[in-house]
Amino acid sequence: MDNLGELLHGFTIAVTVPHLALMVIGVLLGILVGVLPGLGAPNGVSLLLPLTFGMQPVSAIILLSSMYWGALFGGSVTSILFNIPGEPSSVATTFDGYPMARDGRPTTALATAFGSAAFGALIGVILITFLASWVAQVALAFGPAEYFAVYFLAFASFVGMGGAAPIKTVVALAIGFAIAAIGIDTVSGSVRLTMGVDELVKGVNFVVAVMGLFGIGELLVAVEEEFHARAVSSKIDWREVFRAVGRLPRHGVALLRSAAIGCWMGITPGGPTAASFMSYGIARRFSRRGRYFGTGEVEGIISPETADHAAGTSALLPMLALGIPGSATAAVMMGGLMIWGLNPGPMLFVDQKDFVWGLIASMYVGNIVAVVLVLLTVPVFAALMRIPFVVIAPLIVIICVVGAYSVSNSYLDVVMMLGFGVVGYLFKKLFYPLAPLVLAIVIGDKAEDAFRQSMLMSKGSLAIFFANKLVTCLIVAGIVLLLLPLVLQLAHLFRKPAPPTNETTAQEKVII
Amino acid sequence: MGGTSKLLLSAAVAVLAGTVPALSAWQPQKPIEFIATAGPGGGTDNIARAVQNIITKYKLTDQPIVVVNKGGGSGAEGYVYGKASAGDPYKVIFGTSNAWQQPLVSKVAFNYTDLTPIAAMAQDEFLLWVKQDSPIKTAGDYLKAAASGDFKMGGAQSKDTDEVLTRMIEKAGQIKLTYIPFKSGAETAVQLAGGHLDSHVNNPSESLGQWRGGTQRPLCVFSPKRLPQGAKVTATEGWGDVPTCAEQGLDVKQYEQPRTVWLPGKVTPDQAAFYVDLMKKVQATPEWKDYIEKTSQVETFLTGAEFDKFIKDDLEHVRLVAGEQGWLVK
Repeated sequence: MDNLGELLHGFTIAVTVPHLALMVIGVLLGILVGVLPGLGAPNGVSLLLPLTFGMQPVSAIILLSSMYWGALFGGSVTSILFNIPGEPSSVATTFDGYPMARDGRPTTALATAFGSAAFGALIGVILITFLASWVAQVALAFGPAEYFAVYFLAFASFVGMGGAAPIKTVVALAIGFAIAAIGIDTVSGSVRLTMGVDELVKGVNFVVAVMGLFGIGELLVAVEEEFHARAVSSKIDWREVFRAVGRLPRHGVALLRSAAIGCWMGITPGGPTAASFMSYGIARRFSRRGRYFGTGEVEGIISPETADHAAGTSALLPMLALGIPGSATAAVMMGGLMIWGLNPGPMLFVDQKDFVWGLIASMYVGNIVAVVLVLLTVPVFAALMRIPFVVIAPLIVIICVVGAYSVSNSYLDVVMMLGFGVVGYLFKKLFYPLAPLVLAIVIGDKAEDAFRQSMLMSKGSLAIFFANKLVTCLIVAGIVLLLLPLVLQLAHLFRKPAPPTNETTAQEKVII
Repeated sequence: MGGTSKLLLSAAVAVLAGTVPALSAWQPQKPIEFIATAGPGGGTDNIARAVQNIITKYKLTDQPIVVVNKGGGSGAEGYVYGKASAGDPYKVIFGTSNAWQQPLVSKVAFNYTDLTPIAAMAQDEFLLWVKQDSPIKTAGDYLKAAASGDFKMGGAQSKDTDEVLTRMIEKAGQIKLTYIPFKSGAETAVQLAGGHLDSHVNNPSESLGQWRGGTQRPLCVFSPKRLPQGAKVTATEGWGDVPTCAEQGLDVKQYEQPRTVWLPGKVTPDQAAFYVDLMKKVQATPEWKDYIEKTSQVETFLTGAEFDKFIKDDLEHVRLVAGEQGWLVK
């Protein structure tokens, strides 16, 4: 138990007055950038980076990582209250978080999200503490073929378990792939699908896409249905915050399952986005109340939030141990590490024990600080829901427009965001699922790169996907999930010639 | 939010500027934007932020500086933005040799002639790396082993510096390599550590941690002479202990990647001169020396005719390789 001794040493570094003060400052700044759309964790951390150049590396990383925790929590706030996810990984939180808040239970939704997020983060840190030396080996086993297999599994789990009609999921995925292909192609270096618009060479930014799809799209639906016209008159209830957190242990299975998915996806390079989506999809399949998902189910919030934070936290390990940043924010922090004169890699754990274990200890303390601060502010955020729709609606439009513009100061992004708003509206009206579309936009080009890199390596032979146990397992699991709906349907046909149709329409209603 | 207040601020500064008596040389009158043609955390982002930090610390200009990342399309996003900002001396673009190499091989909507060159501030070296436990000890061994034709060479991006160098190695060593492009040098380094590749040609800073951590080691450096000794990287070796490729029989004498600074096109000579001077001042600080050392780059300062000649020479060289490979567009 060397690791425990090191951890205790880490606590002596992390739990000092200046470092605790840095954590509070970092978390508060993080919540702020998380709540403000368009200013996500990566931007926030890079803005803060120059201030850290004069600091001790361990103080600097404590400030930056605390800001990251704060931003992760803050991102859930906008997902739940306004249906605008600030980070790719909080998209899945909107599915049940937003309906619950809309139904007048914003406090419950926020407190549930924060509570389960904290649980996920805690599991992630515990994992880091114990597996620090072992994990590096696992991640190294991932070559292009294994990467592709993980992405394939994520896509396939949507088709097999997403809950929407499989063929509609495939269509949504396909549209997402086409959007992800816009811009410069890594493998050939050529420009694709820019349709004569020079600026499109940069590709389609995720924030622009989700702001339109979720923010504007939902607004269009709401305007049409007019059920928003009344103000939600929820009282600010402090006790509800604690009641909601207190109810969490009842969903122990969901918590543990989601944390396991999160940790696995964080260490293998799947990342928090794939983790939260996968966790949501699996929860929908296995939860007793799975068919109510999408209407404001507690487990629909717990599953993505726990997995997101478990993955986000445990993803810092490959960054430190191998120099693979699992997320954009981790990439910025890695840039910081270099500037402070540290080099991420296995030797960091040998050469810079104070830094590594100080950081790990600060992850425990920092997350506790973040949860306390964010729970204290729940009633304030929940009060936002009492603002009438006539005031909120234009506000959402302004937030989306400014958010899209500030991604890279470009008007084209604003136009694209509005275009995505129309797409989001059409998807909802036609019962097409948005989640696979977003997933394909985020990891579609990575999956394509990985596939083509594998093909280059194997000189065009598909045998590379069955070359070792790891990749074979992933691919087979993916194929099984992909074929699952087909098999179920065939089985259904054999048993009952006329399947009941009303059940499918009921399911379609809860598609997000 | 951020955008609006910045607009208001710059408008206010512009009004104020009208009332200030004109100085003899040009001085900036509103906030300056540094555009890094790479994502946060990359080498180009690091240099932009290092320069920003030094300027702010020594108050080399009164105006605030904001770093903006426009790394989409392998950096093309930033250059296209620079082209669209013609005549605006408040946009400084940080890039690499990408600025003139990319238009050669892909249909991007800019060329380096759309920009005003300011300076090349540092040179990043290239080395040939293999996995730590590889039986290959020298560049000579490498050429012999690679003659089988099964070697996989990784690199950042396609038809960019790494692949150009790979093709030069093929030609010099009369071998055939399978080039596999990844998004970045860091990603490539991890792939080599995992044994999914046989070699790559990363810059020192991209593989420093991995070398120290004992997952991969450099065979030789593509430079006419060995690198400065500096501090030891591993227990026994430092950069200066790495032989040159030419001395080991791999005849690629010199290959470097400059870190370049540009203004948009159509700025006045006064404005360009201000930034040349500013970058010179940055380079004279101890913080700059520190940055260069930590990132294991080589210091250089090319501007004016020298920089032009460097671009022309490099362009000719790359055009030759690109022509042989059939990469040239149009």
